[in-house]
Amino acid sequence: MTREPTESTTTGTDEDVREDAASGNGRPNAAEPDFLGMSRQECVEILRLMILSRRFEEKTAEVYQMGKIGGFCHLYIGQEAVAAGAITPLRDDDYVITAYRDHAQALVRGMSPESVMAELYGRVDGCSKGLGGSMHVFGRSLNFMGGHGIVGSHLPLAAGVGYAIRYRDGDQVCLCFFGDSVVNIGSFHESLNMAARWQLPVIFLLENNAYGMGTEITRVAAVDELVHRGRAFAGLHSEAVDGMDVLAVRQATEEAIERARTDKTPSFIEARCYRYMGHSMADPSHGTYRTRDEVEQWRSDDPILQFRQALIDAGRLEEEEYEEMDRKAIEQAEAAADFADQSPLPDPSTMYDTIYSDAYPHDIDRRDAWREELS
Amino acid sequence: MAVKTYREALNEAMREEMDRDESIFIIGEEVGEYDGAYKVTKGLLDEYGEWRVRDAPIAELSFAGLGVGAAMAGLRPIVEFMTWNFALLAFDQVVNSAAKMYQMSGGQYNVPIVFRGPGGGALQLAAQHSQCPDPWYSYVPGLKVVAPATARDAKGLLKSAIRDDDPVVFIEGELMYNSVKDEVPDEEYVIPIGEAEVKREGSDVTIVAHSKMVHQSLQAARKLAEEGIEAEVVDLRTIRPLDIPTVIESVKKTNRAVVVEEGWPVCNVGAQVVDDIQREAFDWLDAPVARVSGLDVPMPYAKNLEKIVFPNAGHVVAAARHVCYAD
Repeated sequence: MTREPTESTTTGTDEDVREDAASGNGRPNAAEPDFLGMSRQECVEILRLMILSRRFEEKTAEVYQMGKIGGFCHLYIGQEAVAAGAITPLRDDDYVITAYRDHAQALVRGMSPESVMAELYGRVDGCSKGLGGSMHVFGRSLNFMGGHGIVGSHLPLAAGVGYAIRYRDGDQVCLCFFGDSVVNIGSFHESLNMAARWQLPVIFLLENNAYGMGTEITRVAAVDELVHRGRAFAGLHSEAVDGMDVLAVRQATEEAIERARTDKTPSFIEARCYRYMGHSMADPSHGTYRTRDEVEQWRSDDPILQFRQALIDAGRLEEEEYEEMDRKAIEQAEAAADFADQSPLPDPSTMYDTIYSDAYPHDIDRRDAWREELS
Repeated sequence: MAVKTYREALNEAMREEMDRDESIFIIGEEVGEYDGAYKVTKGLLDEYGEWRVRDAPIAELSFAGLGVGAAMAGLRPIVEFMTWNFALLAFDQVVNSAAKMYQMSGGQYNVPIVFRGPGGGALQLAAQHSQCPDPWYSYVPGLKVVAPATARDAKGLLKSAIRDDDPVVFIEGELMYNSVKDEVPDEEYVIPIGEAEVKREGSDVTIVAHSKMVHQSLQAARKLAEEGIEAEVVDLRTIRPLDIPTVIESVKKTNRAVVVEEGWPVCNVGAQVVDDIQREAFDWLDAPVARVSGLDVPMPYAKNLEKIVFPNAGHVVAAARHVCYAD
């Protein structure tokens, strides 16, 4: 997989596509000397969120192995630059929606590590009251719209959020994360088509971590670069960025936000990144479908270490400051796990409270007396 | 009161609700410029504009999902499927997104949306365009499922569905749009979801039906009356939640029941109704409950075969005679 970034705005003809390809790389190099005009504090905050995501996920892996967390659990380790780069430029009234690899996006958006970890534990203090689990992290007060478990199913939802924004004449945007396997599913094409045709302010952010579960995307996608899939749609801006570089992701997203706010143009950004762990906690990190060497090679380009070094080199970060942030992140992850461990289990009597908004008759489950005796 | 067609009643319901609440919009294939494939949305584009009456690409999965996302962001979408046959492409969005969102978000995101369109058999449309979707959706907690039989019910129930804060599957009848007409109140009214209605009172046998089969059942009841059998016809109107108390009350009165529906016989709505009757009214039954349904085959095209597959009033009469030991 190449990480060479490319950029184009589709105008819909073959000629334009050829011209785009010929003009090559239009994006400035990743390590912007001025850090995209961000203050030192803003840069350090982004680094802090990346470290928090990493340490949270490491703790998650640890407690999963201890049997504290059940079901499917997909970790984000290695991809931190994408969530941190893309979510931090949003406003509070913008929307975020994502797939099932959703813990880091929630943390970067501002959800507390406690509420996310308690959700993974299936506890009542979880952000979704223990009813959703790892794949269904929701935070309505932050416009964090989940956590969706069916590949590709939330792209139409993102288009719907974009529709609602335009319907109300708002200037918010909807940022939608999804993985590389989505480019082959119908809802991807259907959603990009509607967003482009009706100019819905949605940023479709493809996290290309190279594998859909254990299948390398190039084995199943009949396209040279996934970003080309976006170029089929007139009125959609498409580009690829280095997803291991938080500044590159941030810059592409900032520009996409600006386009979406001002002229409602949707964007499709392919962020080329890598997950160090297996697809989920049930899978090995390497073996049948990729080599240890490949994983190690990507690890050597780690997004956190890369950004840390850039900040140190620019005199924006002290080594001790980094160590302190890291210690703090580890403590936060520990505290989140402790909190989750102590949080009560959901009360079975509340199980029917959030299936319908109104007083729906749920007596069908209560008509058998023997059921009560057994429970 | 004026006599209106089922189609006019639905159109009025949407118009009145759209006037009342600006967050309501319609999306679907041909709903705008074409006035709707079955003309149910006639005139609405001119009145409300393209953002409120949106012609969708032929992409059921995603325009249904767009509705769900818009509902999560505060709008109240009406998603029209040209027919429920095509809604199978959107099944994931109806079941996995709309029905489950409120629960899996821990009560944070409810989805006020109506999925509506015509279902049931039509005339010689063959296997893929002639079927009853009712049981597929009735199975799913998180959904409400409505299937009105009259113009009056169609209007009152659609207004309730639009006002409901949860996803409602609203199944209209492809063959009822024009053929069904009845008195619709002039004044504002709604009919609550989840309430069956006794469409004809009788003392000898209860006939339970919904949607188009209510009319076959009423026709059967008239025929049975000529033979001295007074049938009570209970129109379920809502399939989820089922109004079982109304059914049971009737069965306790008549001691006999025939459950009628248009679709296939296995795991259908009638199977559920019969289970409820045997649980709640076992000791009141004077005969095993009979079921009338379509035959267990994909709809054949040939006219003579299609006629055999559809249940009709004659079948209902025969089943009623059978439970009354009058055959």
